[in-house]
Amino acid sequence: MAKLILSVDGTVLKEITLSKERTTLGRKPHNDIPVDNLAVSGEHAAIITILNDSFIEDLNSTNGTLVNGKPIKKHFLQNNDVIEIGKHKLKYFNDAPVAASAGDFEKTMIIRKPVAPASAPAAAISAPVPPPTPPQSAPPAAIPASANLSDTQTNMKPLVMPSSPAPAPAPSPQAHDPNSPARDSAIQVLSGAAAGRTLDLTKNLTTIGKPGVQVAVITRRPTGFFITHVEGAVFPTINGVALGGQAKQLGDHDLIEIAGIKMEFFYKP
Amino acid sequence: MALTDALQIVSLTDPGRVRGHNEDCVESRPESGIVVLADGMGGYNAGEVASGMATSSITAGLAQAWTREALKGLDRAAAMALSQSVVQEQAAKANAAIYAAAQKDPHCAGMGTTLVTCLFYDDFLTVGHVGDSRLYRMRDDVLEQLTRDHSLLQEQIDSGLISKEDARNSHNKNLVTRAVGIDPEVEAEVHSYDVQVDDIFLLCSDGLNDMIEDEEIQMTLIALRSNLELTSQQLVQAANDAGGRDNVSVMLVRVIKSFAVERGFWATVKSWFR
Repeated sequence: MAKLILSVDGTVLKEITLSKERTTLGRKPHNDIPVDNLAVSGEHAAIITILNDSFIEDLNSTNGTLVNGKPIKKHFLQNNDVIEIGKHKLKYFNDAPVAASAGDFEKTMIIRKPVAPASAPAAAISAPVPPPTPPQSAPPAAIPASANLSDTQTNMKPLVMPSSPAPAPAPSPQAHDPNSPARDSAIQVLSGAAAGRTLDLTKNLTTIGKPGVQVAVITRRPTGFFITHVEGAVFPTINGVALGGQAKQLGDHDLIEIAGIKMEFFYKP
Repeated sequence: MALTDALQIVSLTDPGRVRGHNEDCVESRPESGIVVLADGMGGYNAGEVASGMATSSITAGLAQAWTREALKGLDRAAAMALSQSVVQEQAAKANAAIYAAAQKDPHCAGMGTTLVTCLFYDDFLTVGHVGDSRLYRMRDDVLEQLTRDHSLLQEQIDSGLISKEDARNSHNKNLVTRAVGIDPEVEAEVHSYDVQVDDIFLLCSDGLNDMIEDEEIQMTLIALRSNLELTSQQLVQAANDAGGRDNVSVMLVRVIKSFAVERGFWATVKSWFR
């Protein structure tokens, strides 16, 4: 269960376990965490806890609430966050299994009403969550269109143009960090209209070739870079050997030939 | 109306890198335009019992209820209405069967499953879903999530308690508010959408969308769409490369050409010779 450690000037005052759905903090004595200091408003902030997640909300206090040095109105608390109220600090600890540690905890479970009438469509929980909005009134979440997303795919005038399908979407936290290969790499086009061009392989997927004729994809994986045939009757060759239906790991200075164009894969120094 | 010529369907399911067994289940009937995905939950191996019961019961039930005879004389709107009611009915049937099995066998007590069912007909699709398995549509290079999860997290997002960005770090990702087989009755959320040529539909279990972002799914579908098999393999591989903490299943349906139903005099005459 998550807890808060209240301290002032480095001296620990007390430890609070977040066992309640709503834990209030303020100068007045009726608060769950009373803090007797004039810089603290009577009802200063509330911490809402739903199962393993906690949120802090500033209750329009006079002097405000900081989390990790930044003023907040509402904040989703993460392990080791530091809440500051005047000179008082509250450190948030949540040792519930985080997403990184897999286990039975993470298995999908159903939440049910304490007393569930069978006909109820969705089981509500006791937390302050309003019933789900009716499906009809909720249009599916639209993903903003990236206007030039397909430019490189469709406007392929030169015979071969290395193309990256997406204009660098914000890299997802899971997509790299521990998993991305340590080394940067690129391909250089050696022949044809685009000869001399270098393309950095910064995306997880980079397609090369000519759409409709011969296309391959280079995927960036934790273990390295791999090339796979995507479409076309003829398969690309790597160092003169035709690629099969399976992915092949690329080595430094491997020579790729696709749609009659030669290019070289290399790790950047 | 040769649905097998109009739709290309590929399915792939993988236990992931952490779980010992696969509780996901996928099944399709291309000739009837039926595509079903279920993500089971429950102790021992009850999860895959539930998801397996759901997919087989629904595909078989739909194939039986959704026949040329049943559709005879119906216009498109009437067919759409019928599709919604048969999807709802079959979800209810699967629910009753799983619930009964869970009551009878102590090993299966408390088992349940999520569900996404798609029924393609006459250039539309009807989707019924329960829980946090999803249906996405890729149209004109834009990926759109057509289903809304029945999960605690989605309710929190809807109520404004937590932002979509914060939701990625939530500890409550695994809690669904609706599942098939848990209670004596369940209501699937059922909607119909018009289908266009070149649309790609993606059904997936949360093992995919919890591990990789929608942007990466979209990028993969754009880059590799000419090879649907490879697209499914790449999506599963990306989920595994990102940790593969859960079973991951993907089903892709590409609309190759229109499958509008011919109606009127000539269609009637032609049908005599079928």
